[in-house]
Amino acid sequence: MMLHPITVTHYLVLSAALLLIGTLGVLLRRNAVVIMMSIELILNAVNVNLIAFSEHLKTLNGQIFAIFVITVAVAEAAVGLGILIALFRNKETVLIDEIDLLKW
Amino acid sequence: MLDTALFYSFALLTLLGAILTVSLRNAVHCAIALITSLAGVAGLFLLQKAEFLFAVQIVLYIGGITVLFLFVIMLVNLDQTAKQRRYTRHWLAPVLAVAGTGALFVGFLTRGRDTLALPAPRVAAEAGGNVERLSELLFREYLVPFEVASLLLLVAIVGSVLMARKKAD
Repeated sequence: MMLHPITVTHYLVLSAALLLIGTLGVLLRRNAVVIMMSIELILNAVNVNLIAFSEHLKTLNGQIFAIFVITVAVAEAAVGLGILIALFRNKETVLIDEIDLLKW
Repeated sequence: MLDTALFYSFALLTLLGAILTVSLRNAVHCAIALITSLAGVAGLFLLQKAEFLFAVQIVLYIGGITVLFLFVIMLVNLDQTAKQRRYTRHWLAPVLAVAGTGALFVGFLTRGRDTLALPAPRVAAEAGGNVERLSELLFREYLVPFEVASLLLLVAIVGSVLMARKKAD
């Protein structure tokens, strides 16, 4: 089997696959902690994309953007997990289909 | 050749970790699978000559966020949830949506791979290492976003403390 040299397309395919897996996790899992993990997967897919283009175009702007994406991801994880703890304290569950306070 | 082998092994690590993250029953196992996936992404960063982001990925994601996840798993005590159903009852619409998006990606790839024209890379690479050039750019051109990011982190700190603290009686 002849392997092609690694191009940007390879990274894009990998990133798309990672994005789809993460989306499946967000939409299908019941456990809110695992949903947060899936969101991290999605953000990582974005970063793979940014780095691939940054390397291809020989400019560092993509890497700067990835740094900011990571910053936002960290902030999101910290606040999100804080919300989860508050939620667990009030409702005694982290299963998202048992948290239906806004539903009538 | 080595690049190709490394790419495929890191890609395999990333995707396998991701699949295990969304499919394992126990949340602690999910977190460990997430660590493998993030390590694979870190390897891809290194392959793309993004050394600083490689270090950030290891320190921040693997060392920081996953530990935070494990900490929260410990606090919310998921022993009972590990025995229950993993997926929501409404699985059809998400699966269809994701399959449709995947089909769209495959369609783009097959139709566009021959006509794909990325802009030509700039040949004149500046001198200095990755971290050096990155910091030059970050502290000159992107100084304002950098400062705004610090504000965001401050808000996140205050918000997470406010969310997680006990109600004062």
